[in-house]
Amino acid sequence: MENLIANSTEAVAVILFGIGFTMLLFHRNLFRKLIGLNIMDTGVFLFLASMGYIEGRKAPIIVNGVQSTEAYINPVPASLVLTGIVVSVSVTAIMLSLTVRLYMRYHTLNLDEIYSIADHREDDR
Amino acid sequence: MDFIRNFPMFSVVLSLFSGVLCTMLRGKTAKIYTIIYECALVAMVSSVLWYTADAGKSFTYVLGEFPAPWGNELRAGTLEASLALVFIVVMLCAVLAGQRYVQEDMDESKINIYYAIVNLMTAALMAMTWTNDIFSGYVFLEILTLTSCGVLIVREIGRTTLAAVRYMILNLVGSGLFLLGVVLLYDITGNLLMVPMRAEIAMLYQDPGAKTVLIMATGILTIGLSIKSGLFPFHYWMPDTYGWATPTSAALLSSLVSKSYIFLLIKIYWRVIGIDIFTDMPIRNIVFVLGLCGMIFGSVSAIRAENINRMVAFSSAAQIGYIYMGIGLGGTAGYTAAIFHIMAHAVTKSQLFLTTPRLADVSGDSLRFKNLQGCALADPNAGLFFLLPSLSMIGIPIFAGFSSKLFFAMAAADRGGIKLILVMLALAASSLLNAMYFIRTLIRIYTPAQRAAAKVRHGLDYNIPMIVLTLANLAMGLFSWVFAQVIGQGLGMFM
Repeated sequence: MENLIANSTEAVAVILFGIGFTMLLFHRNLFRKLIGLNIMDTGVFLFLASMGYIEGRKAPIIVNGVQSTEAYINPVPASLVLTGIVVSVSVTAIMLSLTVRLYMRYHTLNLDEIYSIADHREDDR
Repeated sequence: MDFIRNFPMFSVVLSLFSGVLCTMLRGKTAKIYTIIYECALVAMVSSVLWYTADAGKSFTYVLGEFPAPWGNELRAGTLEASLALVFIVVMLCAVLAGQRYVQEDMDESKINIYYAIVNLMTAALMAMTWTNDIFSGYVFLEILTLTSCGVLIVREIGRTTLAAVRYMILNLVGSGLFLLGVVLLYDITGNLLMVPMRAEIAMLYQDPGAKTVLIMATGILTIGLSIKSGLFPFHYWMPDTYGWATPTSAALLSSLVSKSYIFLLIKIYWRVIGIDIFTDMPIRNIVFVLGLCGMIFGSVSAIRAENINRMVAFSSAAQIGYIYMGIGLGGTAGYTAAIFHIMAHAVTKSQLFLTTPRLADVSGDSLRFKNLQGCALADPNAGLFFLLPSLSMIGIPIFAGFSSKLFFAMAAADRGGIKLILVMLALAASSLLNAMYFIRTLIRIYTPAQRAAAKVRHGLDYNIPMIVLTLANLAMGLFSWVFAQVIGQGLGMFM
């Protein structure tokens, strides 16, 4: 329990990941699935960012000639988060465009309904 | 000769550049350009293979000259080079043999975009094969996911969009889990390069607290990548995805994309976790059991399929099961068998996926078994090029499929005990099931139909790649020990 309180940010991040994960897998509405995807990714980014931050240290830009590594934060986790955000944005964009295409064709966002329409309408080749 | 050390990086950069260039070319020019540049890639990757086999050790390409533990690295050994070579050859054959359908399935103005996506996919495949940095692995894994979605949706019918959405959702779940695993490993080791990570992990594994985190992170990585590669029970997206895609895309997705995820997983086991530590983890046995289930259930689903493409797709699920079974067996023999099967299946399955639409063409544009009767007689070439890989899939000697089954059996014999019995039973059952559905299909397509259709002949664009793939298949079957030797040597320098 003490560990949980000490690492509360990480705990929240994992809970967010879980929420996003279940939404992405089990929601039938495509748009909600996408929101789940973004929550899941945010969870991972929060986890990474909070692990990378050490209280009391500064951003890794040398000021006043202080060169000790103790004074600064490792910039790599933050850059990983940025890379991750870029990936997440592009994935979301392509999924949204797919969603638009599906909606134009089937006029619903519910995956079950789309499947039943597709099974009736398009004959198997 | 040291110039060859640059080729892994060149292969990635050239593919990325070609992807951008193809968006500016016209459809036909883009196709010709793609074929020429892939031939250049074949030459590059073969010279890397020759260089590493000759030197007997792998080399590291350091990007920007920042030494480890900083910076980013590519690393090439015989294993990476031989796998990359198989990937590129299969890709070239798929592009050549499927070009007619690319033209039929999509709008004239979008053909160049298709080749651009294929080139970006090549870049991601190459980078994932060479990379020595786990986060670069993640980035290119996402690029591979996006491009594989791209090659699916270029064929604009409702079904492909639906298949692409389902494919993407599962893949995104997999990528999310993979990212979480990478982040966990990064948090406890403080490194992203694979070799420094292994040194840290070897120390951390002695500590009981860190051991739990390590096993959890490895488990998350394994689940993520097995979802993406379609291990049982995550294989149900396969038939829709492969069945509705344009033939080139189906061949690329089944033979290359899912295999490269498995190769990344093998690389993580060997180079990040360390194979001794991984052998000690319980995850291996779970992978083994799921692999066995995949072999049987994939084949059972294939028997029940009514459509030849769905049958071939379900058979892919079974073959993925074989590969994971090899990983679960462990040891150099098990991994050699798994990697040999990756190559053998890449060669075989791409040929099947490129041939089925030709069989459909002479059967009134239908892939259903009941309409396929006599199609091999109407189109003798396609019939032959369906027959040969089918024999390989069943496991007839002189073909690659037989050799890989032999390797699996030998790896299991090394292991002994309950695993030997399970592997032998599963191999026997799976071969029997394979034989059932492939021979049934072969009888169907070679039975004369009522209506005698005019015979169809194909040009060199189809025949040459098919002959290349058949020769590769036969080479793997007849000279399997050479391949095993190269893979064994590669595994030796893989750590």
